[in-house]
Amino acid sequence: MENLLSIKDLKIEGLSDGKWSEIVHGISLDVKPGEVVGLIGESGAGKSTIGLAAMGYTRDGCRISGGSVNFDGKELTKIDRKPHQDLLGRRIAYVAQSAAASFNPAHKIIDQYTEGPAIHKVMARKQAQLEAIELFETLQLPNPATIGFRYPHQVSGGQLQRAITAMAMSCKPDLIIFDEPTTALDVTTQIEVLAAIRDVVTMLNTAAIYITHDLAVVAQMADRIKVLRRGHEVEEAETKTMLNAPKEEYTKSLWAVRAFKTPAKPKITEGAYPILSVQNVTAAYGTEIVLDDVSFDIHKGRTVAVVGESGSGKSTTAKVITGLLPQKHGKVLYEGALLEASFKTRNQHHLKNIQMIFQMADTALNPRQTIGEIIQRPIEFYLHLSPKAAKERACDILNELELEPSQYLHRSPSELSGGQKQRVGIGRALAAEPQLIICDEVTSALDQLVAEGILKLLDKVQQTFGLSYMFITHDLETVRAISDEVVIMQRGKVVEQGATTSIFSPPNHPYTDLLLSSVPKMNPDWLTQLLKQRAQSTAG
Amino acid sequence: MHLLVTLILQRIGLGVVTLFGISLMIFFAMEILPGDLAQETLGQSATPEAVAALRAELGLDQPAITRFFQWFSGILHGDLGTSLANKRDISELLVSRFKNTLALASYSAVIAVPVAVTLGLLAALYRGSIFDRTVNVLSLSAVSLPEFFIAYLLIFFLSAKFGLFPSISNVSADTSFSEYMHRAFLPALTMALVVTAHMMRMTRAAIINLLASPYIAMARLKGASPMRIILIHALPNALAPIINVVSLNLAYLITGVVLVEIVFVYPGLGQLIVDSVSKRDIPVVQATCLVFATVYITLNLTADVLSIATNPRLMHRK
Repeated sequence: MENLLSIKDLKIEGLSDGKWSEIVHGISLDVKPGEVVGLIGESGAGKSTIGLAAMGYTRDGCRISGGSVNFDGKELTKIDRKPHQDLLGRRIAYVAQSAAASFNPAHKIIDQYTEGPAIHKVMARKQAQLEAIELFETLQLPNPATIGFRYPHQVSGGQLQRAITAMAMSCKPDLIIFDEPTTALDVTTQIEVLAAIRDVVTMLNTAAIYITHDLAVVAQMADRIKVLRRGHEVEEAETKTMLNAPKEEYTKSLWAVRAFKTPAKPKITEGAYPILSVQNVTAAYGTEIVLDDVSFDIHKGRTVAVVGESGSGKSTTAKVITGLLPQKHGKVLYEGALLEASFKTRNQHHLKNIQMIFQMADTALNPRQTIGEIIQRPIEFYLHLSPKAAKERACDILNELELEPSQYLHRSPSELSGGQKQRVGIGRALAAEPQLIICDEVTSALDQLVAEGILKLLDKVQQTFGLSYMFITHDLETVRAISDEVVIMQRGKVVEQGATTSIFSPPNHPYTDLLLSSVPKMNPDWLTQLLKQRAQSTAG
Repeated sequence: MHLLVTLILQRIGLGVVTLFGISLMIFFAMEILPGDLAQETLGQSATPEAVAALRAELGLDQPAITRFFQWFSGILHGDLGTSLANKRDISELLVSRFKNTLALASYSAVIAVPVAVTLGLLAALYRGSIFDRTVNVLSLSAVSLPEFFIAYLLIFFLSAKFGLFPSISNVSADTSFSEYMHRAFLPALTMALVVTAHMMRMTRAAIINLLASPYIAMARLKGASPMRIILIHALPNALAPIINVVSLNLAYLITGVVLVEIVFVYPGLGQLIVDSVSKRDIPVVQATCLVFATVYITLNLTADVLSIATNPRLMHRK
């Protein structure tokens, strides 16, 4: 069969500090009509850039410097504006990672849906509206007849992601580029969107390029997978072959990430106070209750994972424990002693012993301070060491983090990579010599390999200093890897809690089951089987 | 919809409170000014008794706070008092002058606003081009020149040299519309040149600011033309800042006319305030200031309400 899209030796340059440097180094990619090709890689692999280049488009500050992009006989690297505009949306469409940001806030969803068909004169707006309603129904959007007449901010993230997929379908294109369409979604929502995307792709027999960093997701969607790293191709193969027998070391390491598991820890000492005890805590933003009667304990030297989807109250729990959001009812005990509700009235002993590591290391570190200052400040503040002693201590901590002090002490955060910044974040928490560290989604902004490094580091630090962790995450793989106990939250309530091993083996609370079964598996037939099972259980 | 109504009522309430505050400030600022009307009127040789008698007649012997509330309750009844200099009713005096100023401001706004917004949109569309740079340089030059200087330049070329327009804008209530357009053209153009640059540059910046948004990239990837992207996708989201800068400049067109009115001898509020200050005709100055403040507050309030009315996030709650 003829190729629909044929990319040959594509080179793309990016502008950084006023100089052009190559970021995609000669990539070739063929897509046949009706075929789904998966592009996979970590951040900086160039997968989104290649996806956009497949439409003949580059972001501001990027340019195609070599090679060719041939779509159905037309050379997109040299095409004029008018014929290019005519292709975009009509024959090649794009589904962005964040539908919430990609819908124009000023227009109703339906008007944005019908814009493509109207400007390409594929059909009249009225006709397009009727088709939109049908498509919304196929994608199982609630109230398909009226949902389009709402503004984007009135619709939830998962629904918007389905609506943007519908929008890409509006002109029945030959090729759709899916750029991480489910990355920003919760696992349970992700399934619905994945299923919807697969249905419409099959229904219209559209070819697609599916870009993601999640292997298990791409396994469900793609016929063929290409692995990318730093703008180079690593390897390409049929999905089954790629999953079962990857050739390259890099691919194998990506596959192996999920094998990490911390060793089992000793039993809890009988009769000892838990390090932290959250008892019947209720908290609210204004009048809206966000935590409802939450209770759990964290014991010395152990890791408790707090798991839930967005809006479940996991970060709010951290805010109550750190005293940023005083609770309405209930109490929090530290080693059996009552913690003041607000951090403002807590004593230094309590402040020092509970530290926090944040999700976005980028914004959690002061960009104007050096790494040395960031780590020395809590040492001087909590441990009252002299500047000289504090500096020595900071060097020890950096060594512990596997960051060479002489190299990093004087650098500023902007000179570090994402993983290194997160290490500094850990260092700042360790500097206070705390007993409990709250880790709020500390690995979710990181690539899998880097995230694994951070988890290993946290484990090592825990064993060295006998720390306790409260580990907030939405990623069940991380939970399985690092935690001793799990607290599962939904809409501000604890639905289930217990030892990790018992949570991961049935029988469970239905919500826990739903969460667990929604985590994509590497088996390419996982989605099909799961949807079949769920259909049966609702029918039966 | 009732959301917008409550909001407008709220803003109007706030506006009234602000006006009260401003009237206090105006009144007591005038108190601080040196000089005394009675002394001024009667001259240096007047006997203290005569001065005191005139002060009593004008009510100047009352404590300031009493006079403030007399003045303020007068305003609430629509009575701005009488001019000390010529004993005329201030409301009457102000109405004709205010009409003239308003007419001039509208005249320049009709020239400036469409030109500024269109140029801003075009500059954003062809950003980085020769056109964009030319418009930027010209508008920057216009804004860097003092307005009286622009006024004299225009007089020199369009009036003295080519004799196209009169250099003195001699208008009155019975000037015909076409005649008015001709006579007031130079002051209107001067004001327009002063405000165009600001509005144009803000329009351009507001649009360009949005062009990096994911939804603009999405519109491009749907095959929308550059013009469509600017007008349909960027402009509706840039309305709030544009409305604000336009209203700020409209307010300036009314309250900032003093110099231009003087250069062109245009019978507006600016002339009036300058004359009254030199005559120490305090009630007139106070009333004019209050009119300016009201205009300023009303325009800002309108801008606020319009910004909210054009934002679907605020108009259509979840």
